Amino acid sequence: MSFRTAPPAQLYTGDKQALFTAELRTAIENEIAKYPAERKQSAVMASLTLVQDANGGCLTIALMDQVAAYLDMPPIAVYEVASFYGMYDLEPVGRHKVCVCNSISCLLNGSDELLTHIEHKYGVAAGGTTSDGKVTFKEFECLGACKDAPVVLIDKTYHERLTPAALDQLIDELD
Amino acid sequence: MVDNQNTVCFRTMHLNETVRHSLAAYRSLGGYQQWERILTERLEPEGIIEELKLSVLRGRGGAGFPTGLKWSFMPRKAPGQKYIVCNSDEGEPGTCKDRDILRYNPHQLIEGMAIAGYCIGATVGYNYIRGEFYEPIAHFEAAIQEAYAAGFIGKNILGSGIDFDLYVHRGAGAYVCGEETALLESIEGKKGQPRYKPPFPAQSGLFGRPTTINNTETLASVPVILERGGQWFLDQGRPNNGGLKLFSVTGHVNQPGNFEVPLGTPFRELLALAGGVKDGRQLKAVIPGGSSVPVLPGEIMLQLDMDYDSLAKAGTMLGSGAVIVIAEGTCMVKVLANLAHFYAHESCGQCTPCREGTGWLARVLHRILHGHGQMSDLALLDSVAGRIGGRTICALGDAAAMPVQSFLKHYRHEFEHLIKHGRPLDAAA
Amino acid sequence: MSDKITIEIDGRSCEAAAGEMIIAVADREGIPIPRFCYHPKLSVAANCRMCLVEAEQNGRPFPKPVPACATPVGTGLKVWTRSAKALDAQRSTMEFLLINHPLDCPICDQGGECELQDVAVGYGGDVSRYSEAKRVVVDEDLGALIATCMTRCIHCTRCVRFIAEIAGTRELGATGRSDHMRIGTFVATGIAHELSGNIIDLCPVGALTAKPSQFKARAWELTAHDSIAPHDAVGAKIQLHVRRGQVIRVHPRCDEAINENWLADRERFSYEGLTSVARLTHPRLKRDGVWHDVSWDVALQQVAAVFNTVPGDDLGVLLSPQSTLEELYLAQRLFRAHGCPNIDSRLRQQDFRGDAVDVVPWLGLPIADLEQQTAVLVIGSDLRQEQPLLAHRLRKAALHGATIALVNPYQVNLTHPNHQFVAAPQQLLTELAAIAAALGGRGAGEIANLIAQATPTDAHQTVANALKTAGESQHGRILLGALAAADPNYVAFKALAYLIAEVSGCGVGYLPPAANSVGVYFAGALPHVTAGNQPAATVGLNTAAMLSNPRRAYFLWGFEPDNDLIDPTAARKALNAAEFVVIGTAFTSPALEAVADVLLPIAAYAETAGTLVNAAGTWQRFQGAVAPPGEARPGWKVLRVLGNAFNCDGFNYQSAKDVHDELLTNCGECELTTAPQGEYSPLVTRPDPIELTRIGAVPIYAVDSLVRHADSLQQTPLAIPFQAGLHPDEARRRGLNTGDQVRIQQGDAVMTTTVVIDTTVAIGTIRIPAGIIDSEQLGAQIGAVSFSRV
Ligand SMILES: Cc1cc2nc3c(=O)[nH]c(=O)nc-3n(C[C@H](O)[C@H](O)[C@H](O)COP(=O)(O)O)c2cc1C
Ligand code: SF4
Ligand code: FES
Repeated sequence: MSFRTAPPAQLYTGDKQALFTAELRTAIENEIAKYPAERKQSAVMASLTLVQDANGGCLTIALMDQVAAYLDMPPIAVYEVASFYGMYDLEPVGRHKVCVCNSISCLLNGSDELLTHIEHKYGVAAGGTTSDGKVTFKEFECLGACKDAPVVLIDKTYHERLTPAALDQLIDELD
Repeated sequence: MVDNQNTVCFRTMHLNETVRHSLAAYRSLGGYQQWERILTERLEPEGIIEELKLSVLRGRGGAGFPTGLKWSFMPRKAPGQKYIVCNSDEGEPGTCKDRDILRYNPHQLIEGMAIAGYCIGATVGYNYIRGEFYEPIAHFEAAIQEAYAAGFIGKNILGSGIDFDLYVHRGAGAYVCGEETALLESIEGKKGQPRYKPPFPAQSGLFGRPTTINNTETLASVPVILERGGQWFLDQGRPNNGGLKLFSVTGHVNQPGNFEVPLGTPFRELLALAGGVKDGRQLKAVIPGGSSVPVLPGEIMLQLDMDYDSLAKAGTMLGSGAVIVIAEGTCMVKVLANLAHFYAHESCGQCTPCREGTGWLARVLHRILHGHGQMSDLALLDSVAGRIGGRTICALGDAAAMPVQSFLKHYRHEFEHLIKHGRPLDAAA
Repeated sequence: MSDKITIEIDGRSCEAAAGEMIIAVADREGIPIPRFCYHPKLSVAANCRMCLVEAEQNGRPFPKPVPACATPVGTGLKVWTRSAKALDAQRSTMEFLLINHPLDCPICDQGGECELQDVAVGYGGDVSRYSEAKRVVVDEDLGALIATCMTRCIHCTRCVRFIAEIAGTRELGATGRSDHMRIGTFVATGIAHELSGNIIDLCPVGALTAKPSQFKARAWELTAHDSIAPHDAVGAKIQLHVRRGQVIRVHPRCDEAINENWLADRERFSYEGLTSVARLTHPRLKRDGVWHDVSWDVALQQVAAVFNTVPGDDLGVLLSPQSTLEELYLAQRLFRAHGCPNIDSRLRQQDFRGDAVDVVPWLGLPIADLEQQTAVLVIGSDLRQEQPLLAHRLRKAALHGATIALVNPYQVNLTHPNHQFVAAPQQLLTELAAIAAALGGRGAGEIANLIAQATPTDAHQTVANALKTAGESQHGRILLGALAAADPNYVAFKALAYLIAEVSGCGVGYLPPAANSVGVYFAGALPHVTAGNQPAATVGLNTAAMLSNPRRAYFLWGFEPDNDLIDPTAARKALNAAEFVVIGTAFTSPALEAVADVLLPIAAYAETAGTLVNAAGTWQRFQGAVAPPGEARPGWKVLRVLGNAFNCDGFNYQSAKDVHDELLTNCGECELTTAPQGEYSPLVTRPDPIELTRIGAVPIYAVDSLVRHADSLQQTPLAIPFQAGLHPDEARRRGLNTGDQVRIQQGDAVMTTTVVIDTTVAIGTIRIPAGIIDSEQLGAQIGAVSFSRV
């Protein structure tokens, strides 16, 4: 009997209506509806994404625990997911995320220049947040847009074939 | 030049940019007619699968497994839920083709998935799309809505009594989730750690139910194969290498892009389609099938045709069809260090050789790149890579090992130079 | 094994069942295959890649080496475990495992018995080729029992799988990915599970070691002594690891019929109590209110002298059911010879009306057969607290689809699907009556009334149906636990249990609470039963009667009256009133000194030879492994000398084995049965209108003196403090909140404590633990209380 083949279920006995906002609950319910009734844990990734977005871009233990409760999961199963996937941030982040692709096609087209530029100009290495809390820079592994290298994902939008100057302009335009 | 370019998955490419992903655009090309024909004429799944076998459509996700054969493994008539899962995780460095199918021709994928579901006895499908693909997800989800509204998917489709529901499952940033069983784990709400096989997904897949997983391009090719016939598709390519294939040509080329050309197209022609090597530089090396496959020197590549068998014979693989072009003036140590970093970062962590070995490779390469290498490191790298390959649950271990071994084979002198002199042999850019 | 096939491993042909994994076949054949993640009791992870072997099937070689732990055998399979290809794969894995391992064997507790070390000797290289920086992992505090050194972890995930699959709580996980993957709870909450210590055994390296024995000894300095676990009636087989006369740690020995390869933390860590400062190391005598250390001679002569002046009937003898069979047997023989029939060892029982028809309260079936039950009704048991390993067997049954139902005065915490009926003790009888009614049972007398008034709900019907189906295939059980045994209406519970059993076709069994709860019947340590489970010629007073009709003198053996008797206040009253109280004990305390006149220091479990009879009726003998401290002596020797002092015949035993053999001869004929020798005719006692019924379950680490003195166990979250649990509705009605102080009154006993709101507590009850500090100020474990806010 493998715990890996069983749904990661653990019944929550508290009041689920007390978790999150009504809006978030509806969004999570829409995700749950995609999967068989006894498999609502499948919605954990989408739920974490929704909750992270609603929390200004990062997750906390308390929020992960709430996700666990809402989906009747053991909290550790949620931590495992949240710490496994690169798009979840478990530390506080800036108002915006600027994710620079560092993989091969982008490297061949100058992504390392972008990264060095960021470090010099904004004074933070990848993973860091500018002191004004505006931007968190992240290095991402291949963004799957290699023909448009170098690619930068700013919040939810891909920006393609960027030069350092073009990147600066995009960052300037952020609030 | 290639005359039948962009006639399968990219057949909407020539349409107006603002509407080409719409249902109307797709219908204007004969979209959903195969699905309608299947439902109204009650075509037998066996027949459809035979057509696919005839076409020799091979999996476009990387492994190149014949799709018709894969579908025939499903216990189609067994009671209980079965699933069709589309792999749009597209994480293999160099690969960016599925993104464009999702963005520009989402309905064809939906039709392909519905047909696949019909053939394998699945009434539910999931498309696993990597989380970073905000725009492609939006396009695909809009297409799903249109397809539901038009009655092409949903309950009792076109009065046939057949159901097919389709959902998007968003990834959240993990290359390994492209591996089909890691992908299933991920849909089940877990970490993306590949499962040991057997059991294979066709016996016990998603939620423990029989499941077929195919790449986006594979599934999107199906409607066209049925429309024009398996034989037609086969004839576009080469024997045992049926059809057209999307190649993402990236790196040092003047016009990087996705090109849907027949299998067997000479590399030379493909390179020409991409505008030739960037800025008139010399071709140095090519990784022809996504970062996981062995690299080949440019002069060898220029003699090769782009199909599964030709590349295999030359000691590399067609993989996902991501052609990474590297021009003279590129330090191959730097390239390999980058690849090694990628696999170390993306290892799921469960198998010892991959978890420990990929990090080891990356650290040694990083050290060499920064001028702290020793000659003995090269034998070490080769041996460590050899000790990872073939010894892990999934193929990520092999994917990490193959580049190392092939780079050392073809560009050993560059590594030696860097170790000896502390600076790259070839690093104009 | 139905479809037998033959495969070949290393040229040897081996019988196998189709679908079995290669490694299981190899293990059976004694062919060694190195492994780290594989464990026969856990799901297959196949992630360590240490067990890679070369194989071919029907002449076709597998292209890559295959993991022996995850490759099912089939016809025509040939395996090579030590071919060049296999060895190369195994050596490669070994190298990878070692690159980030600290190789700090000299300071590692696992050193000398480490699977990694052992395999590395066989498969590792001499010189490391790894010259990069090694991974360093921050340790996590997993609580008082388990020490961590996570830098040593090789990510086999055995611990994660054990906690998830066997313990069933999913507290551990592997977070992160790549070589940043970490094993732990992520939030440093520690592990609170009664079987948690097993991950120490499972961990193949020194990442998880036993905190209480940390740095106490090197593996090779230890000598191992086989023994039997002393706290519950599973009688787990254990090994005591001893260094310089001191038990350093306890490991399980595997016996599939008893404890498999597991051990409850209670049994693993209680040895700490052996070296407690509270150990009694000298015979002691109270003269004019002042205690003196005396010689054994003086002490025993004094005991004999006083007892010789007290008529047998004015004596009361109370024996701990945790004592060895030998001690129990000698004690009852001694006092019966002295004319005293007042002997009992059921210290936590208050209703003895069933004595005349009772059978030996044993499990009723072999322990392992619990797993095969398809429906089990548990009456009055906090399963995991009382019976960690029996609870594990029932969990296995549940995971195979068995219906497990419980009738309890509070909701118990289980990690498998279950049906629970929770109510105050009086209403529990109604719940049982409803199940009986759903099965069409009628009953007689008062039981018939209860059944007639019962209205079975769907839930009762579901359980009834499951019992009926299970009964038809002989796989159904009704089990009575310690909370039923402590109830003032125990006899009514038994009556209903047997009635339900009769109408459903299920068998009745008991969850014997103590290591020798079954043994006391063989030893004859009961007022109505003599050696060999024979009816006593003269029926003496039972525990309750001995306390409510105080005796002139008492002989107490192996327990502390304040903590181990069902009604400590009544006990204190009786003992204080007595002229002379002798207590044989391994531990002393101010409370003991207050009531005793003579204290005899006796050996604890690791210090004496003896026999324990487990829940399934299996006799298990063991030898002492260390000497008792100071002047303390094995109990059987003390009793033998006392026998001589009493001038009893035949007290010339040379060894514990002599005693055992004599008893065995007495018991030659006695078979354990399951059907009572008549009807239970209960008169359900309904005390005056009561405010609340106190439910005083004994917490897991309070069942006897030894565990109570085991410091590390007392620091775990399972060692709960004295407090009053109230259902939210009860609390609301009284305007009480968690943290409020209340004065509890039970009879004339009064005690102040803190309220905790607890949804698991039944309405009409107040949950106040027994057996722990402060609980001695109250009365019976289960009984009426009133209370007021302070
Ligand atoms: C590490 C790894 C990553 C993979 N990533 C992808 C991917 O991103 N997309 C994909 O379609 N297949 C990927 N694959 C291949 C899939 O496992 C699988 O073979 C494929 O989805 C099957 O579909 P196909 O037969 O249509 O190619 C990957 C395999 C491995 C080992
Ligand atoms: S702590 Fe021990 S048992 Fe747990 S994964 Fe690490 S090596 Fe395995
Ligand atoms: S024991 Fe087989 S892979 Fe670990």
